[in-house]
Amino acid sequence: MSYKGIIARYAEVPGGIIEAFHAVEKEFSFLPEEAIAEAARVFKVPAAEAYGVASFYSMFSTETRGKNIIRLCESAPCHIAGAAEVVAALEKELGIRMGESTNDGLFALEFTECVGQCQATPVITINSKPYLDVTPDIIPNILAEYK
Amino acid sequence: MINVTIDGIKTSVPEGSTILKAAESIGVKIPTLCNHPDQAVKGNCRVCVCEVEGSRLLSAACVMPVWEGMAVKTRTPKVVEARKTILELILSNHPQDCLNCIRNQNCELQTLAEEYFIRDNPFSQKTRGMAKDYSTPALFRDPDKCILCRRCVEACSVVQSVNALGLDQRGHHAMVVPTMGWDLIDSPCVMCGQCIHACPVGAIGEVEEIDRLLAAIADPDTVVVTQIAPAVRVAIGEEVGLATGDMPMDVFAAGLRQIGFDYVLHTNFTADLTILEEGNELLKRLQEGGTLPMFTSCSPGWINFCETFYPDLLDNLSTCKSPQQMFGALAKTYWAEKSNIDPAKIYSVSIMPCTAKKYECSRPEMNDSGFRDVDLVLTTREIGRLFRMSGIDFDKLAGSHFDSWMGAYTGAAVIFGASGGVMEAALRTVYEVVTGQTLENVNFEVTRGIQGIKEAEVDLNGTVVKVAIANGLSNARQLMDEVRAGTSPYHFIEIMACPGGCIGGGGQPITKSNAKRVERINQIYVEDEACEIRKSHENPEVKAIYEEFLHEPLGHQSHHLLHTHYTAKNKKVL
Ligand code: SF4
Ligand code: SF4
Ligand code: SF4
Ligand code: FES
Repeated sequence: MSYKGIIARYAEVPGGIIEAFHAVEKEFSFLPEEAIAEAARVFKVPAAEAYGVASFYSMFSTETRGKNIIRLCESAPCHIAGAAEVVAALEKELGIRMGESTNDGLFALEFTECVGQCQATPVITINSKPYLDVTPDIIPNILAEYK
Repeated sequence: MINVTIDGIKTSVPEGSTILKAAESIGVKIPTLCNHPDQAVKGNCRVCVCEVEGSRLLSAACVMPVWEGMAVKTRTPKVVEARKTILELILSNHPQDCLNCIRNQNCELQTLAEEYFIRDNPFSQKTRGMAKDYSTPALFRDPDKCILCRRCVEACSVVQSVNALGLDQRGHHAMVVPTMGWDLIDSPCVMCGQCIHACPVGAIGEVEEIDRLLAAIADPDTVVVTQIAPAVRVAIGEEVGLATGDMPMDVFAAGLRQIGFDYVLHTNFTADLTILEEGNELLKRLQEGGTLPMFTSCSPGWINFCETFYPDLLDNLSTCKSPQQMFGALAKTYWAEKSNIDPAKIYSVSIMPCTAKKYECSRPEMNDSGFRDVDLVLTTREIGRLFRMSGIDFDKLAGSHFDSWMGAYTGAAVIFGASGGVMEAALRTVYEVVTGQTLENVNFEVTRGIQGIKEAEVDLNGTVVKVAIANGLSNARQLMDEVRAGTSPYHFIEIMACPGGCIGGGGQPITKSNAKRVERINQIYVEDEACEIRKSHENPEVKAIYEEFLHEPLGHQSHHLLHTHYTAKNKKVL
C-alpha cells in the first residue's frame, strides 16, 4: 500500500498523525520525507511541525534504514548487565555502527529506552520482538532467523 | 491583588503574575534567556531560578506564579551558584566565538556570562560541530550557537504563521531546524528576519555584505549611489548610542558621505512616487472593475508570503514595484541621464530596515534599467557597524543636503515606515485627486498604531472605500483567508510583513520587544508633522519626473520601469 493510502486511513482519527506514522513505519520501516509532507497536508499542520513529531519519537526514523530493526536497550539495568558487549558483538557481526543500516538493507541498529523486560537483561528487540538475556555468543543465531 | 515579598521588599501584584513580572514591577532584575517579553512562557533554560521560602527546590521565576504571602529571594549564594552552573553547562557546548560573532556585545548569553563572571568553566567544552546555513541571500543560521530557547520558532509560527522552523529530535540531541531539517531556502521561509530579533544569541543573522560596499567605494571608476528607506532614520541612532529618533536626517546623510558614498538620495522619493502609481492603480481598478481588494506590494517579505501561501491571490497584488526597486530602475535611467553619469558606472546601494530586500534585489526580473537595478542592500544594522567602524561623532558632524532629482520627499513618504503609513499616504492623495478638494486635516489617526489589524472607511465623493491594514503575517493571513473565501469587505489592503511595519523590519537594530517598535512608530509621526509638505503629489521632484520623463501615472514608461509581476513559489512543502 502507498503511504498516501495508509495516511488517508487515519485522516478522521483525532490526533491520528502518530498512528499514521506508526502504520507507515511498519510498511516502509522508516518515514520517507514525502510521507511526512503528506501527513502534514492531511492533518493540516505545518510540515515543520509534522517533522518535529516524526523526529521526536525514537521509534520513528526519518532516514532510510534496514528492513529489520534491531533495537538495544540503553537504560541503566541493561547497561549494567553488559549491554556494551552486546553492542560490540552486534556491530562486529553486521559490520556497521549503532545508528547505521547494513548495505544490503537487511538490518538497522538502534538504541532504545527501557522496553520493560528488566527481569532478563540485557534485552534486544528485532522488529519489536524481544530477545532476553542476550549474550554476544548467541547473536549469530538470533540474526540467522532474519537472513 | 496578591501580596508578596521579594528580597525583603513588600509589594502587591495582580493575580496570575509570575515571580519575574512581580520582581520587574519593583525594579528587581532577574536574569532570563528563553523568556521573551512578547511571547508565551518557555521555561526551558532555568537561568531565572530563585529561592521561594518554604520550598526546597529553586523555582523558575518566568514560570512560577506568585501566591498570597509568598517570599522570594532572588540573589542568595545558592541562587547565584545555580545560575552559574546553568550558564557553565550552556557554555560547555557553545562555541567560544564572541570575537568573531555577529552578536558580539549584543548577546544575551554573553551578557550573562559577563555578569556572572564565568571564568574557568569546570565542564569540558564540546560543540556540536554543525554546518552554518548560508542558503538564502538574506539570512544565515549558525545552529552551533543555538541555545534551544525556541523563541525563533514562536516568532516564525505564531507571529508570522510561516512555520519554517521546528524542532528536530529531542533531549540531548534536540535542534532547531528549518522544515524537514532542510536548508532554509527549501523551507517556506519568507526571509522577514523576525527570527533574528527573537534570537537571544548569534544563531541567526543577516548575510553581511559590507565588504562589497567597501570594494565599490575603493574603485575610482565606480559611482556609488545610495537610497535610504523611510524606517531607517528613526532607528539608526540606536546603533551609535543615540536615542530612538535622535539622528537628524541631514546628519545621517553627512555620515554616509563620510563613509564614501558619492551621491545620497532617498527611497522616500520613490515612496511618494509609489503613492501616485498605486493610488491611480486603485482608482483604475475601482472604476474599471479590476481585481479587488487590491493589496499593497512594498514589503518583499509579504510578497514572498503571498507567492508562497496565496498564489491564487497574486492578481490582487498591486503591480507597483516596491519603492526600493522603483528607485533602482530610475537611478540607472532617469537619474543617470539628469546627472550626466554613465549608468554602467553606477553602483546602486540601498539602506533598508529589511532582510527580505536582500533577496528582492536579486530577483531575476529586477533589471528593467538594462542593468541590475539595485546592486546591494545593506541593513540598518550593517550601516550601524560601518558608522561605528568609521568612528563618526554625530554630535559634532554638520548636516548635509540630499542630492538632486531623487532626494526630495514629503511627510507622506516618511510614514511608509510604520504600519498604516502607506494607506494614510495613499488616502491623502487619492482623496484630493477624486474630490478635487484640499484635504485640510491630513492625519488619518485610525490607520496608525501597532495593533495587528486596523480598518477604516473613507467617503470619496459619495463612494465609500473600505480599507484594512495588517502588520505581521499571521494578521495578514486572517485577511487573506477572508479574501480567498470571498467574504472580504475591503477595496484596499495594506500589508507589512513585520510587526509594526518597516520600523520593526528584520534588518533594524536588534529589537527585543514591541515596546521599542511603538517608540519608533511615534518618532515616525513626529518626523511627518515636521515636514513642510505632507502629500506625495505635492513633492516637487515627483512633479518634475512626471513632466519630464514618466509623463503620467501608469503610462508607458511607468509600466516598463515601475511595475512588475509575481510568480507562485511552488514550495515543496508548507
Ligand atoms: S552567540 Fe553570544 S556568546 Fe555565543 S559566540 Fe556569539 S556573542 Fe559569544
Ligand atoms: S526569516 Fe521569517 S519566515 Fe524565515 S525563518 Fe525567520 S521568521 Fe521564519
Ligand atoms: S536559533 Fe536562537 S532563537 Fe532559535 S532556538 Fe536557537 S537560540 Fe533560540
Ligand atoms: S528565563 Fe526562565 S526558564 Fe528561561
